[in-house]
Amino acid sequence: MLEVNGIANGIVLDHMKAGLGLVVFNKLVDGKIDHPVVLLMNVSSQAMGKKDIIKIENTFDVDLNILGLIDENITVNIIKDGKLFEKQEVVIPKKLKGYIKCKNPRCISHFDNYVEPEFTLYSKDSLEYLCSFCDEITKYE
Amino acid sequence: MMSELRHLIEPGDLTNEEMVELVDLGLEMYENPKKYAKVCEGKILASLFYEPSTRTKFSFDSAMLRLGGSLIGFADPNSTSDKKGESLADTIRVISYYADIAVMRHPKEGAPLLCAQYSEIPIINGGDGGHQHPTQTLTDLITIKKYKGTLENHVVAFQGDLKYGRTVHSLIKTLARFNTKKFILISPEELRLPSSLKRQLLDKYPHLVIEEVLHLEEVVDQIDVLYCTRIQKERFFNEEDYLKLKNSYILTLKSIENAKEDMIIMHPLPRVNEITYEVDDDKRAVYFDQSKLGVYVRMALITKLLGVDIDVRG
Repeated sequence: MLEVNGIANGIVLDHMKAGLGLVVFNKLVDGKIDHPVVLLMNVSSQAMGKKDIIKIENTFDVDLNILGLIDENITVNIIKDGKLFEKQEVVIPKKLKGYIKCKNPRCISHFDNYVEPEFTLYSKDSLEYLCSFCDEITKYE
Repeated sequence: MMSELRHLIEPGDLTNEEMVELVDLGLEMYENPKKYAKVCEGKILASLFYEPSTRTKFSFDSAMLRLGGSLIGFADPNSTSDKKGESLADTIRVISYYADIAVMRHPKEGAPLLCAQYSEIPIINGGDGGHQHPTQTLTDLITIKKYKGTLENHVVAFQGDLKYGRTVHSLIKTLARFNTKKFILISPEELRLPSSLKRQLLDKYPHLVIEEVLHLEEVVDQIDVLYCTRIQKERFFNEEDYLKLKNSYILTLKSIENAKEDMIIMHPLPRVNEITYEVDDDKRAVYFDQSKLGVYVRMALITKLLGVDIDVRG
């Protein structure tokens, strides 16, 4: 069986549905974090059958917004000195800045460098967000 | 009310009570214009029109001049630093030093909100793309109040371009707040009210009644307020689509022969061919008075956003 050592300091993203690990990796980690990262896929889980796990050494900075958008069930474990220091809750963000682009081609957010697109959660079920500038509804995908 | 810096970007920036207050003050100004002729002396309105406009620009200009204030501004963005690539945020920061209040028209949706975020003076949205036109909404409300006596419990029909018609979008959102009995939407399939707007209305007001039909004649006898709009050539991405739809609705005396005697016919203007000239003489046609009333409700708005003391009865 494959063995991966625990980390002394950093974060562990646990309870990701099998297959989601790569999505999280691509959105959160790839090219943005300059620390050792381990992506474990299809790990056996009593509760989930199979799950994915990501371990990132020496960083405590993780974007909970992105995680919330991908899967609310992800657990964020903060590890300090080899021990679990804190568990952080992941939620679907009520407000978003960036991450998505407004689907309305006439929205000012596509035309002015000063504008950072801003959205308010419109539907939690379908992950739809209302643009603060033009009121168009855009789905996070 | 409105003592802190406030903007009017969309109708939701005003409460129902504030809207009624503005409408009533506008009607008072309409009846007694001389009383208010100097209340904005020393104040400057910047009119920033990044898109052509006759009525809204002149209506605001006229409103400020009738209040004794002064004007700066432009009606042609080619004469501004916009052409040099200046951000709207920078433009409005600077204009904040030159004027006391600004009204802007912009083709991009949400542009006035961006300006409001960087402005030190009140910003009024004079129309942004196909999105919102809140001062046209105030104009529409003052007209409905004057001719129907109340803003509530009417059957209101919108006819024409409901997809790109910002005046429709602002007014329907607002009238939904005023217990409108029923909305009837008359448009070709291609120009229906945006589904996201319809969905937002129904999510917020689950009991709202909205009926969509293709022809006015099917519903004309139910209507209290008929709001006609132009098929807007400038909102289409290709001319072929515009040509196909431009003559979808032409209101004639025949088409309103079964209408209520006290129905009113409104239009934000400009009209092209969607209402024939013969209708102008019908007592139900109020669109030119609507345009006139717009000046007075804009006067009311300017005084309120500026926090001007208008207790001039003496």
